[in-house]
Amino acid sequence: MKRLFPILVVLTGILLSYGLYQALVVAPTEQTMGNVQRIFYYHVPSAWTAFILFFVNFGASVAYLIKRRPTADIIALVTAEVGVVFCTVVLITGPIWARPVWGIWWTWDMRLTSTLVLWLIYMSYLFLRRFSSSGETPVLAAALAVLGALCVPFVYFSIWFFRTQHPQPVVGGGGSIDPRMLHALLINWLAFSCFAFLVCWSRYRLEKLQRDVDHAHATASLLETR
Amino acid sequence: MRANPYLFAAYAATWIIHITYLATIARRYSRLAREVRELQK
Repeated sequence: MKRLFPILVVLTGILLSYGLYQALVVAPTEQTMGNVQRIFYYHVPSAWTAFILFFVNFGASVAYLIKRRPTADIIALVTAEVGVVFCTVVLITGPIWARPVWGIWWTWDMRLTSTLVLWLIYMSYLFLRRFSSSGETPVLAAALAVLGALCVPFVYFSIWFFRTQHPQPVVGGGGSIDPRMLHALLINWLAFSCFAFLVCWSRYRLEKLQRDVDHAHATASLLETR
Repeated sequence: MRANPYLFAAYAATWIIHITYLATIARRYSRLAREVRELQK
């Protein structure tokens, strides 16, 4: 597995560069918004990647609640953390796109507000993990993650349930999109998914090492007291 | 393609966020590696 990591890093780097080229050069310029619409190729794949990570977090949390395996707990923690990073990208790139198109940085519209609430839920999850030293923390965090995951479909479908300023989805929402735009979108999604996988992998190894070191410290202090 | 400050800002912000997060992982990893070396002594 260790040999595979650098190969995947190189492949992901190539994919990300190709995605950037597709987004900035190959994809045609949108007629009404102009070049600022190209934010779409980073904004939407980041949102999709965050949603996938939150769903993996949900699965790992449910698995932990049922089987109490530490591996499931580590996967839940890692995917929540990386998911929050991608969700942060969505919340930053969205207003940067909204300013020239809508004339405002932010509006309390259902899609934007529910995305912010989702981010706050997972931030509270990470704060709980970071600052609680109780032995029950992983169980409480898993329960919170299950509730947080319920928010994900609500965020995704909020543009169908409510009247909102946010545009309707161009993929799977009945809209049409130029094939070159779709290609650039999917390439960037693939690239960001691979990137997220590698970051999760690194973070997983780090968390495992952290737990091993904590265990070694605990054993050492136990031997000292004897 | 004409340069657009908002487009540049969005792409730059994306990579600044990712690189900052990767830097925190790298820093935590090097701190842990040091701890492991001390434990092994």
